[in-house]
Amino acid sequence: MLDLLDKRLIFVTGKGGTGKSTVAIALGLLAARRGLRTIVAEVAEQDRVARVFGHADSHFREVELAPNLFTISIDPRHAIEEYLALQVKVKPLADLLASNRMFQYFAAATPGLSELVTIGKVWELAQLQRRTRGAARYDLVIVDAAATGHGIATLRAPKTFADIARVGPIARQGRYIHAMITDPSATSVVAVALAEEMPVTETLALARKLRAELGLELDRVIVNAVYDERFAPREARVLEQALESGGTPLARAALRAALSEHVRARAQRAQIARLRKATGREPARLPFLFDAELRQDAYERLADRLQGVP
Amino acid sequence: MNVADVLADKRVCICGGSGGVGKTTVAAAIAMGEAAAGRKVAVVTIDPARRLANSLGLVDLGNEPQLIDPKLFAATDVDMGGELWAMMLDPKRTFDEVIDRLAPDARTRDDVLGNRIYQQLSTAVAGSQEYTAMAKLYELDQGGDFDLLVLDTPPSRNALDFLDAPDRLTHFFEGRALQVFLRPTGFAGRIVGRGTGMVFSVLKRVTGVDLLEDLSVFFRSISSLLEGFKERANAVGKLLADPETVFLLVTSPEREPVDEAIFFWRKLKAARMPFGGVIVNRVHHDLLGGLEVEDATSELTAELGEKLATRVAENFRDYHVLAWRDRVNIERLTTKLEQPRVLTIPHLDEDVHDLEGLARMRRFLFATEAERRALLDEVVA
Repeated sequence: MLDLLDKRLIFVTGKGGTGKSTVAIALGLLAARRGLRTIVAEVAEQDRVARVFGHADSHFREVELAPNLFTISIDPRHAIEEYLALQVKVKPLADLLASNRMFQYFAAATPGLSELVTIGKVWELAQLQRRTRGAARYDLVIVDAAATGHGIATLRAPKTFADIARVGPIARQGRYIHAMITDPSATSVVAVALAEEMPVTETLALARKLRAELGLELDRVIVNAVYDERFAPREARVLEQALESGGTPLARAALRAALSEHVRARAQRAQIARLRKATGREPARLPFLFDAELRQDAYERLADRLQGVP
Repeated sequence: MNVADVLADKRVCICGGSGGVGKTTVAAAIAMGEAAAGRKVAVVTIDPARRLANSLGLVDLGNEPQLIDPKLFAATDVDMGGELWAMMLDPKRTFDEVIDRLAPDARTRDDVLGNRIYQQLSTAVAGSQEYTAMAKLYELDQGGDFDLLVLDTPPSRNALDFLDAPDRLTHFFEGRALQVFLRPTGFAGRIVGRGTGMVFSVLKRVTGVDLLEDLSVFFRSISSLLEGFKERANAVGKLLADPETVFLLVTSPEREPVDEAIFFWRKLKAARMPFGGVIVNRVHHDLLGGLEVEDATSELTAELGEKLATRVAENFRDYHVLAWRDRVNIERLTTKLEQPRVLTIPHLDEDVHDLEGLARMRRFLFATEAERRALLDEVVA
């Protein structure tokens, strides 16, 4: 997993509810520990990363969470304003444009514009020479990206707009951005999956679509929330026999819980095998955490695990 | 809360909630239950699990509902009194169909369908799946072939966009400023006033001329569909607020999905959309009933030996960390919602991916409170 940290940009995507944010944060912690100045960029406007570290708000601001670890929550409206300011250079003119109602309608009605400016901001964060005045450079930008379908649309937006525009600033920048995200030495796309039918199917579809639509290879699959195999098949039979022979309600409930766990762990193994077979690679695994709520120490434990993954 | 009561006088049921909470299976189980009770029901899903689709005999074709073979229910406890229909939504195709229907002539239709900006819009832009889901729902409702339509909305926060989308589009198309895009270099650009003219010339510098032209063509060709879009947006808005429509929220008992459900509920309330209740899926129920894990240790040790008993106890303790978490989150949910209409489904052993699994889920959804308690005892004790 450590070779992943040599990139400048990591997109973390996957089906909704698989733990993209969790993995993005754990990767961020791991990178920061190794001395890389790292920023985890969110696009869902939920400030989740900031909240884990006890910060209320990272709304289009680069907030330092821990030594070497930063976060920002990117929203399209601010990204457009910033882009205009950089592009137009004359501030009153940029402000005029941003505050113009016609422009706002135009921005809201233009399909793909939100995706384009969002990824544009991500690209800006990853520049060695930042365009944002006074901003320091990052060694690594980790994007807690949108879920699969919308995630691909975001990655594709620069190329689409560059193709349509052909010449002019958007065409030029679209090509820069596209070149960076399709350069495997600079950028990596990581999929987060659960060891369940749907997320595995969607991960495989993601890999196919990335290849077909962007010529990109899915760099890594991380299977999140994997149960330990606590009971061997032979032990499970012992548990079943014990359950059949009666007992107090409490002991029976404990046995049932153990057998449920066993069934689920086994079903997960089958899905991981399916993933392995289809991708030809052993996916990385993160354990299911029996925590009521994931706090900073939980992410540290996940970062430890990622560190150990070859 | 009981799904049959909530849906008794409804003809549209929209299931909302964040991704990964089992919304598709809940929607399918609801449709199955209502169909079993004698109604003709269609469930519209976005992207069901392959095995689930296979088990229903669904193939990825048609973009129209298909009747689920009644013989398939023989293997379950479902006594199919009505008809269950299901379809998988193809967003791109649905979008194209809307354009086809609204375009005044073949040329305009081809202009729109061939425009690259439109192609971007119709495939994967945030909100496009939601839009097409609503479009399909509206069409099926207009068709009047079904007693009940169950819609499994696309996941994520974007799912809320469809509540605002018609308004946003209408605003844009109604604005006089749109004229600038329709004829950017012509007369209209000059007459809309200096302010806008200046905005436009800045915009041209930022985007480049070609892009602006493509946009202009896109807006021009789609503007002839404007009346149709507006009418449709209004009609969909009416359908969503109709007393015979109801929203059911689906969530898991984890923190973030519960936050999303609360967020969604607020949004529904603000938009005056009819709210039916929340279904909390995959709940770890408390199995201790006031006792401690340790109270079972000696019995388990006698039966299993110390080593295995220790692991069983450990597993039981871990399970109750989740049970405790679920209770806290469900309490938060019931406190935030002013009407505490919450129904829970236990965390079943396996993913629901076949008719038998749907039938099992249906039992929880359609049971009375007393029946549900009995079912739960069956599952856990």
